[in-house]
Amino acid sequence: MISLAHFIVLGAVLFCIAVAGIFINRKNVIVLLMAIELMLLAVNTNFIAFSRFFGDVSGQVFVFFILTVAAAESAIGLAILTLLFRNRRTINVAEFDDLRG
Amino acid sequence: MISTATLLAIVLAPLAGAILAGLLGRKIGRTGAHSVTILGVGIACILSIRVLYQLVWGGAPAYNQDIYTWFQIGGIGANVGFLVDRLSAMMMVVVTFVSLMVHVYTVGYMADDDGYQRFFSYIALFTFFMLMLVMSNNFLQLFFGWEGVGLVSYLLIGFWFKKPSASYAGMKAFIVNRVGDLGFVLGIAAALHFLGSLDYSTAFAHAPSLTGQTVEVIGGHPWSAATLICILLFIGAMGKSAQVPLHVWLPDSMEGPTPISALIHAATMVTAGVFMVARMSPLFELSGTALSVVMVTGATGAFFLGLIGITQFDIKRVIAYSTLSQLGYMMAALGASAYAAGIFHLMTHAFFKALLFLGAGSVIMAMHHEQDMRHMGGLRRYMPITYATMWIGSLALCGIPPFAGFYSKDAIIEAVGASHVWGAGYAYWCVLLGVFVTATYTFRMMHLTFHGAPRFRVDPHAGHGHDGHAEPGVLAHAPHETPWVVTVPLVLLAIPSLAIGYFAARPLLYGGFFGSAISVLPAHDVLAGMAAEFHGPLALAVHSLATTPFWLAIAGIALTSYIYLLKPTLAGTISKALGPLYRIVDHKFYFDELYTALFARGSVALGKALWKGADAGAIDGLVVNGSASLVGRIARRARTLQSGYLYHYAFAMIVGLILLLAGFVLVPHA
Repeated sequence: MISLAHFIVLGAVLFCIAVAGIFINRKNVIVLLMAIELMLLAVNTNFIAFSRFFGDVSGQVFVFFILTVAAAESAIGLAILTLLFRNRRTINVAEFDDLRG
Repeated sequence: MISTATLLAIVLAPLAGAILAGLLGRKIGRTGAHSVTILGVGIACILSIRVLYQLVWGGAPAYNQDIYTWFQIGGIGANVGFLVDRLSAMMMVVVTFVSLMVHVYTVGYMADDDGYQRFFSYIALFTFFMLMLVMSNNFLQLFFGWEGVGLVSYLLIGFWFKKPSASYAGMKAFIVNRVGDLGFVLGIAAALHFLGSLDYSTAFAHAPSLTGQTVEVIGGHPWSAATLICILLFIGAMGKSAQVPLHVWLPDSMEGPTPISALIHAATMVTAGVFMVARMSPLFELSGTALSVVMVTGATGAFFLGLIGITQFDIKRVIAYSTLSQLGYMMAALGASAYAAGIFHLMTHAFFKALLFLGAGSVIMAMHHEQDMRHMGGLRRYMPITYATMWIGSLALCGIPPFAGFYSKDAIIEAVGASHVWGAGYAYWCVLLGVFVTATYTFRMMHLTFHGAPRFRVDPHAGHGHDGHAEPGVLAHAPHETPWVVTVPLVLLAIPSLAIGYFAARPLLYGGFFGSAISVLPAHDVLAGMAAEFHGPLALAVHSLATTPFWLAIAGIALTSYIYLLKPTLAGTISKALGPLYRIVDHKFYFDELYTALFARGSVALGKALWKGADAGAIDGLVVNGSASLVGRIARRARTLQSGYLYHYAFAMIVGLILLLAGFVLVPHA
């Protein structure tokens, strides 16, 4: 029998993979975006699990919203990325340090 | 009845003239400038004479009314108002008359000066402020006039501001007067505190309540409130009336043009302190200590500052030290509670001292702006009118009967002799020997200037004097009598110098002329005692031929005549023989040196210390630049945190989040 704990562990594992993706990846901005998507999915998993096990639909409603926002976010993210590549001719994360003090 | 409109016209006519000449000077030109100011002061003079006439012969009651309320805070009202009784009416006539004479004289004296309109604007403005001072019915307006005349005095001393010594003298006068004015303001504040009103009549009505009141300025030393108020007010008078030790500014004020030396620094402004003390007589009568201070200060100046006059060679400075000495006489009279005698001397002095100054100015004009008496001599042949009027002024100054100065000075000497306040004995000797000193410096000046052989050369090829001398004592053309605008005021001033004493002695001194304007306690009333021995001005003049002051004056005249007319080399021999004594007097008792070393150098050193230490060091270095560089240093460290890499920021966020959650979990909820 799959319990609530399984789902939460799954969500935590997904989240940790996403965090690791952000930190370990030093090359590619696209991987960064994918990692952020993964984080949102981890959160979504938790929402749905809680919603299912507590019998409350509002969690699932939230997930729809988050998915919508995530889609919009990745669309904008990719657009920025395209522009970034056009200007800098690279998507290497280590080279984007204009904000350094 | 005196109408408000008359009084307003007296005050505002000179002000209107000053504004017109000052602001529209270019438009109305030189003639316009002197016309409007002379017209304004002339109106004020005629109306003042009318007011005095109404008060003395017309039986009009004294005018005391507020005209305008400036502000009212609690029970304290600041009003503009006039108190015109015989005391202020007499001052108004003296001020406007001398001012009018000086205005006319200036037309000649400043004829080829660039600042012609400015000068007329200033002296008319001075007349306005001086009238506000003497006509005031409250302490605040008195202070307004007091500061106003001080300001104009500063402007006029530094009138030739391109000359460094003139602007320095102006600043010196202003700063020394600040010292006095601080005391004056404190005195007014003390009077307001203890008497509850700025208005004279209200304040004086409460004056008797001061008896027995004490105040602890320094803990544990109770001072009489009346003494405190009077001494503080007198400090103001010391500054304005150039009493020891605040006298140092007056000789330097001679840097200004001669007409203002006559008007401001001899006849009117410097006597404001004397007038003020006489006006405050209900307060001064309450404090024997204050009267002693007034008398001793005045008498000291009368003798010792007169001595300096004997050593000076600048003709204007001789008269300036004479003014200091005569102001000392007036103050000594006030200290003896002989207020009427002090005011009487103020009036006669205004006439003969203005005459002497204007005469000296006439000489200076004839000598092409040479003021050193060592280059004069024998001028009596060239300028007979100036010579004759200067003689009258000199005899009046020396107190030779029946000239004006005789009656007033004789009254002062007798009053001081009859006084019983502490220090009267010392003061009596000072004022008595002062007569000898007065005669000595006066006739030394007369002999050096007018008698003997000329010590100047006439050389047609020499540069003209107005551009500064190539060589002192060389004139481009022979000296000649000055134009009528100069000599007419001299003659008009010579008349009162000659005769006013004879006519005014009885009513002013013994006739209760001032009425309730001056109040004297019966115990202090020395003039009442002298009245018994007064048998008319003529008898007094005859009687004086057998008194010490007369013979002292004659001795002074005889001594200087012998030295300067018969044995001109003797003067140098005497000054050498007296050695150190002469040097002390010649250096003016080292007052200037002392003040320069103590106050001027001291404040420069303090200023430097504050500049380097406080301003540049603490404020600029520590507070302003210090805080900025501290922020800079912190920021230099902190900016290394900003690596610019996204994953560093994300990492920081995650760590922060973990810390936050750990905090929630680990810290037990209250």
